Amino acid sequence: MHASRRRRSTTVLLPLALLALLIFAGCGISPQTTIDPRGPNARMIFDLFNLWIFWPAVVVFFGVEAALVWAAIRYRGRDGDPLPNQIHGNTPLEITWTIIPAVILIVILYFTFQTQAALANPPEDPNSVHVRVIGHQWWWEFQYPDLGVTTANELHIPSKVPVVVTLESADVIHSFWVPLIAGKQDVIPGRVNRLWLQADEDGTYFAQCAEFCGIEHALMRFLVVAQSQSAFNDWATGERRIQGFGSAALPTPVPGEPPSLVQQGATLFANGACITCHTVRGTQAAGKIGPELTHFGSRGSIAANTLQKQDPVNDPDGSKRFSLKRWLRNPQAVKPGNDMPNLNLSEADIDAISAYLESLK
Amino acid sequence: MSAAIHTGPAAHAVAADRAPTGLESLDVRKLGMWVFLGNECIFFGALLSMFFVYRPMMYTAELVAAHETPKDILNIPFTGLLAFILLMSSLTMVLALNAIQDSRRRAGAFWLLATAFLGTCFLGGQSFEFVKIAREGFTLSNSTFGQSFLILTGFHGTHVFIGVVWLSSCFARAIRGGFHGNNFIGPEICGLYWHFVDVVWVVIFTIVYLV
Amino acid sequence: MAVAAPPAAAPAPVHVPAPPVHVEHAEAAPRWSGWDWLATVDHKKIGVLYLLTGFGFFLLGGFEALLIRTQLIKPLNTFLPPDIFNQMFTMHATTMIFLAIMPINVGLGNFIVPLMVGAADMAYPRLNAFSYWLFLFGGIFINLSFLMGGAPNTGWFSYSPLTQKAFSTTNGVDFWVIGLSVLGIASVAGAINFIVTILKLRAPGMTFNRMPLYTWMTLVVSFLIIFSFPSITVALILLLFDRLAGTHFFNPAGGGDPLLWQHLFWFFGHPEVYILILPSMGIVSEVLPIFSRKPIFGYSFIAYSGVAIGFLSFTVWAHHMFATGLGEFANGAFATGSFLIGVPTGVKIFNWIGTMWGGSIRYRTPMLFAVGFIAMFIIGGISGISLASPPVDFQQTDSYYVVAHIHYVLFGGAILGIFAGMYYWWPKIFGRFLDEGLGRLHFWGTMVGFNMAFFPMHWLGTEGMPRRIYTYFPNMGWDFWNAFSTTGAYILGLSVLVLVANIFISWRREQPPMPDNPWDAATLEWATSSPPPAHNFDAVPVVYSRYPLWEERHPVEGGAPQHGAAMAATSDSPVAHPEEAQEGGHAFHLPAPTIFPLIFAFGLLLVAFGLLFAPPILRVTFVITAVLYFAVAIYGWVKQVSE
Repeated sequence: MHASRRRRSTTVLLPLALLALLIFAGCGISPQTTIDPRGPNARMIFDLFNLWIFWPAVVVFFGVEAALVWAAIRYRGRDGDPLPNQIHGNTPLEITWTIIPAVILIVILYFTFQTQAALANPPEDPNSVHVRVIGHQWWWEFQYPDLGVTTANELHIPSKVPVVVTLESADVIHSFWVPLIAGKQDVIPGRVNRLWLQADEDGTYFAQCAEFCGIEHALMRFLVVAQSQSAFNDWATGERRIQGFGSAALPTPVPGEPPSLVQQGATLFANGACITCHTVRGTQAAGKIGPELTHFGSRGSIAANTLQKQDPVNDPDGSKRFSLKRWLRNPQAVKPGNDMPNLNLSEADIDAISAYLESLK
Repeated sequence: MSAAIHTGPAAHAVAADRAPTGLESLDVRKLGMWVFLGNECIFFGALLSMFFVYRPMMYTAELVAAHETPKDILNIPFTGLLAFILLMSSLTMVLALNAIQDSRRRAGAFWLLATAFLGTCFLGGQSFEFVKIAREGFTLSNSTFGQSFLILTGFHGTHVFIGVVWLSSCFARAIRGGFHGNNFIGPEICGLYWHFVDVVWVVIFTIVYLV
Repeated sequence: MAVAAPPAAAPAPVHVPAPPVHVEHAEAAPRWSGWDWLATVDHKKIGVLYLLTGFGFFLLGGFEALLIRTQLIKPLNTFLPPDIFNQMFTMHATTMIFLAIMPINVGLGNFIVPLMVGAADMAYPRLNAFSYWLFLFGGIFINLSFLMGGAPNTGWFSYSPLTQKAFSTTNGVDFWVIGLSVLGIASVAGAINFIVTILKLRAPGMTFNRMPLYTWMTLVVSFLIIFSFPSITVALILLLFDRLAGTHFFNPAGGGDPLLWQHLFWFFGHPEVYILILPSMGIVSEVLPIFSRKPIFGYSFIAYSGVAIGFLSFTVWAHHMFATGLGEFANGAFATGSFLIGVPTGVKIFNWIGTMWGGSIRYRTPMLFAVGFIAMFIIGGISGISLASPPVDFQQTDSYYVVAHIHYVLFGGAILGIFAGMYYWWPKIFGRFLDEGLGRLHFWGTMVGFNMAFFPMHWLGTEGMPRRIYTYFPNMGWDFWNAFSTTGAYILGLSVLVLVANIFISWRREQPPMPDNPWDAATLEWATSSPPPAHNFDAVPVVYSRYPLWEERHPVEGGAPQHGAAMAATSDSPVAHPEEAQEGGHAFHLPAPTIFPLIFAFGLLLVAFGLLFAPPILRVTFVITAVLYFAVAIYGWVKQVSE
């Protein structure tokens, strides 16, 4: 009997200990945490959750579980005990414990409506930026119609400014989720959803597709890079810069001279299958199936944040090139099922093409 | 066994204290049909809501200009006639049940057959319309109107077909005297189903053809 | 209802589980042949079939879960390739929901409800058999997809356009669509059966107000099935036409609306989750009074809150769609309903605690699981409240927070309730106890493993881990809790094995003959032998209260005849006739066994295969053959009815 009493306490203490562990495990340690908001949208949600849902829930949880545990322990009988009082109910009590939770829930509902209204519309700001997000299987396209920029997988935004994001899909349903900055909205083909977000500080924020969208849903991540207004403007300018032969980064090959590795890569790229799917502004590469590769060299990750440019596990010497080479060697090995086939490139071709792509800054 | 269970003939004397539920006179099989019809209500409701959702797409500016809206494609007088036929079949069903409850064997069988016949006419007319629409180019795969209309009325037609088969089997039994004043639950349930199918058609007709 | 009754005048006799008693009409356990099982229309045999099959699928679904958790034990794991992982989580959910929890609930209900209401069988015994065989064939059909091109891999709610042919090129989704349509027919037929049985076949004196709460919940669940399943049936039909006939109902490329799928699905999907939990709530409402040795606290509130939940469940479906951009007004409306539905749910919890309060609790295994149910369901209910708030949902939906919520209500809730029911009714169904020691081990292993596996998922979701991902990256801070969760899952799996061992060991063990009422329970199923005879009751029980077998503790208003009413019934005393209205005096007549329900169900399985695999050239032949087959099957079935 007593052993069971102890075991009963364990049922209570175990989740309690877990809860304490979680609370003290650090207020949000993931780069995708929802409880360390870095922007007003996420902060309003967090405040609603923290103040009106989480802590009341903790109180209710402990209160009700305590009542349960108390009843379970205190009223334990033994074989041979007399019959307990045969109570059928207590209507006033039952009415009370119907009304009180209803009132509590109505209060939470009220604050929910408040937050909902605040989330619905971005604050007015002349510097507000509009980004057109198009979800693809399994990468993100970002267009800045007012700025003439198209890029992929890395969403640059000016910090401290509301950014209105319209959400469209080229294929199936995805979901746009930057937890540190905003709640998610689904990206639905045939429909344009919208979301506003704003980063309070400069930084790089992790983000991920949050609606199952097929075989590589797990690797459809992206980065949100919040920069100062001037850095953002510089970035946009850079994105508009022409990158074909004859540009500053890519001198036209001189006949008679051996082409540089970058020039070799550019030629291979332009003559190969690459241009069917990818775009590099200013060259013949104008394919729309795969991510835009203009200024690829200035991005921090590859394949929708699947591979970091510096992949410590696979690139021990820290060279930025090796992850890209891994991708080019066999995209299907990195992200099986994605739309880029294995082109069976030779190592020499891979060296050249990766040098070219890295040069696209 | 606990002695608190009261059994035996004496028990029935005390059963009178049971609060009436209002269900005593409702036959077990009829109740089952009613519950099933509740299910069917939602089924057709969902199909109709699908049609509703896609209706705006059937009346776009281009379609109106090209005279390819449902109002242009569908032959309302003809379908009105079909609706009338189906309504008449409900009347014949009532007559059939009435006759059977009066144990008038031949009349009951006749009216059952008439109901099945009218139902078949309805199906024939529907098939004709389906073929006509398909020939005009509105099929399942190339037209919002085509797919919505065909699925909605197609499933209704399937229900009519099942009803006609059921009526025929009722007829076969009725003609041999299988139903009479003390045993008419079969045609009664069939009649419930048949009337329901008719009511659904009235709703479909209104929403698809008239509104 | 009645308030505190005056205490019993004399100290009531000690109530221990009744010692083995020679029961007068204990029949020698008949040796049943295979044919008996194939052709049975007896609700008790059908119930056992459902339980066995459902439990088998439960083990299969659990195995799929362990595969999922193994893949997620560490980041960038390569145990399962992505497509297999996606099949696993789709099939795990589909199996657990449609092939495990629902059928086990139907199985328990099938065996117990007719006994509980004092009937001789269900209202439509042949339809009952049909429902079972259709379920079995449907379950086999869906799982055959593993061997025939790949299981469905689009998640258990199969959003379009991912499920369109363009994006799901294997047959997996077709298997899912057709299989679920078939299962839906089985469920609706079962629901009709339960409704008519409960409305029409209750023992004399059993008003709604005296009906056991498990019966109440079964009634509500059956109505939920009737009114929600057609919505998914239509959705499935339209999706099938999209995939096989080129329509564009849900395909935006052809003008279709992906959200229409979601609305039609969730209009079914939300009532479905109440279909999954209400039976367990009913079980707990039966177990708690027996093992607390006092009546349920607030019978009316529990009964009516069940009905309220049933109604409200049709008003909240779009809380699964808060993030799809429905707009502030729609989100607000559905949030209101979702918050509201928390009230009747909370009421039940308080009433259950009230039942234990002041009781004299005996902790046999059924009671352990019932208390565990309450403890876990509190957590699941609370996490549901946060999901009901759209802004908070914007962060939590599609993350592991939802996975935590789901499993707390479905495993911590529905499954623990089912375990309570299994241990409680096992003596009635099989005439033997499950071992208490192993039962305790099962319980504690479950509590430890379950909470280890699923509590951290609240945290993982809060930390931004989306659901349905086959792997994750090492720098996300998710490693430890994923490994912890997987460990818990394995402990949970082991505890299920303890249950399996318990079933085997107790089956083989010599046990003394089981008395009618080993638990000193109160409802009618305990008023006949364990297991019951084929006709259930020797004579129609008459009921005067909610706890017929406890009536000596509760003096009945109006002073009904007390002990001494003859148990020996006259040979022609009326028993509830399943085919006709309950009037006195009809000769008792249970339908004979028949193979035609199985034949009919099998025909639907053949149709399912034909839809998928019949080459165009054979389509006419296929249709003609199907028509002939069903004509024969229906003729054979109907002929039995009129005999």
